[in-house]
Amino acid sequence: MAKSTKIDIDHVSKLANLPLPDEQKRIFASQLTKILDYIEKIEKADTKNVEPTFNVTPNKNVTRKDTAGTCLTQDEALQNSKNTKNGQFVTKGVFKSE
Amino acid sequence: MPCALASLGARVRNDIFINMNNLTALSLTETIEGLGKKEFSEAGLNQAYGERIKKLNPDLNAFLEVKENKSGIPAGIKDLIAVKGRQMTCGSKILEGYIAPYNATVIDKLKENNISFIGKTNLDEFAMGSSGENSAYGSVKNPWDKNKVPGGSSSGSAVAVAADLCTFALGTDTGGSIRQPASLCGVVGLKPSYGRVSRYGAQAMASSLDQIGPITKTVADARKVLEWISGPDAYDSNAVSASFKSTNRKDLKGLRVGIPKEYFGKGLDAGVEKVIKVAIKKLEDLGATTVEVSLPHTQYALATYYLIITSEISSNLARYDGIRFGSTRDKFGAEPKRRIMLGTFALSAGYFDDYFIKAAKVRTLVKQDFEKAFEGCNVITGPVSPTVAWNLGEKISDPLTMYLSDVYTIPASLAGIPGLSVPCGFSQDLPVGLQILGKYLDEDTILSVGELYEQATNWNKQKPRLQTPERSDGGQAKL
Repeated sequence: MAKSTKIDIDHVSKLANLPLPDEQKRIFASQLTKILDYIEKIEKADTKNVEPTFNVTPNKNVTRKDTAGTCLTQDEALQNSKNTKNGQFVTKGVFKSE
Repeated sequence: MPCALASLGARVRNDIFINMNNLTALSLTETIEGLGKKEFSEAGLNQAYGERIKKLNPDLNAFLEVKENKSGIPAGIKDLIAVKGRQMTCGSKILEGYIAPYNATVIDKLKENNISFIGKTNLDEFAMGSSGENSAYGSVKNPWDKNKVPGGSSSGSAVAVAADLCTFALGTDTGGSIRQPASLCGVVGLKPSYGRVSRYGAQAMASSLDQIGPITKTVADARKVLEWISGPDAYDSNAVSASFKSTNRKDLKGLRVGIPKEYFGKGLDAGVEKVIKVAIKKLEDLGATTVEVSLPHTQYALATYYLIITSEISSNLARYDGIRFGSTRDKFGAEPKRRIMLGTFALSAGYFDDYFIKAAKVRTLVKQDFEKAFEGCNVITGPVSPTVAWNLGEKISDPLTMYLSDVYTIPASLAGIPGLSVPCGFSQDLPVGLQILGKYLDEDTILSVGELYEQATNWNKQKPRLQTPERSDGGQAKL
């Protein structure tokens, strides 16, 4: 993690599936660089032999019986979609011809 | 003063006006008592709050949607918690028009306790912000000074409680979003331990830190709401099975209060520091012993937090693709976009170990800091916020400066421990909150400390002076 870490806005915006106007790209490049410069201070923390923490609860392998319970009706599930057809969601095509 | 009362009694319209005002000033506990004794009706209570919202909300912008009910005790709900059949915008244009198809677990639990939902409260978009200015539906205003920010991200919830627009409100706290607005608005805010309250039905921001909690007029009210909403839930496998138990300590004798030296250094406003030190002295007067403790990794907490949450945000907000609900991703506001970008970067090939995994390891160190400190004390106290409420617009163009305003609330969030903000005085005529942190799942002790402090000081009784618009009847009922 070098001080010169540069964020490639175009590449990250593509990874994030997040379209950004050019003006916002310019602003973000400057703001995110400043934030990353600050964040790099964690490099100094000694984490040798330290395990990462992803969850703070004592819960382990919480499971339930594999049975169907109540769930949304088809109408409820579809009610907030802007584009439905024959009681289904319309998704983006996977292949170019679609 | 018998004379004044007699003259009020003679002016019937004024009398009604006063009673309506008084109803909205009552705490949740007092409201339940009043209803029990039939001093007023649920319909009257809802009407009083509804009328006050109509008068004050246009200025404060605390509620995004209001629905007056005829029954139940009216609560405000942060607009990223699902109430079936009601809008849920998360403060974002991407969810404009979204209607929640189910209730969050906390909503079902509140309904069982005769709570009704008077409105959905405004917030920083997707709970991302510390000032209430990131809402796509306009900034929320601080009722103590409308030129100041109310804090965030549960901005509308804190303002609605401070301005007596609801009996209490629910907020969510990921890095301080209940405690900090509660502090800046002079009300009580409780972030329960991570896992104490089911998050089912709350829009996920950073799943390993998000927690729902109450914003209330008194600490006793916060305890009551926690009793209602806590507990295991099959819909949130991180909800812990241990149930919350109240012991209600009678005094602070024998209690050891840790004072972290790292929370009183550079960056803490002198006026806030003075108020906090007087509050800590008060805890000593009440029988507690203070001890200095050290949380040495505090200096890394903010950087750690922003790597972890932005990583989780980039993953959680991937669901907004405009297919099953909401609009297309260009409708996100600037702050969600900024955090999605930072998180995507931290998780991307070549940076994952240096950023995300490193941050998860530093999180362990921050957590261990608290575990070590709690070996020598029962609670830890200090400021919630390094400053009082700042001017609207002051920090909005500088995200890093805005992030630094959460420097005292973030470490407890990383550790998953509970934290309470209790009103403890004023600096520059603006409220200051005392933060009381406890051991994991020990909300009972921090609530007891807060209750005893509150009873001895009554800072929570201070209310903002709110100008209500002139009445249409020519001001006859003005007092």
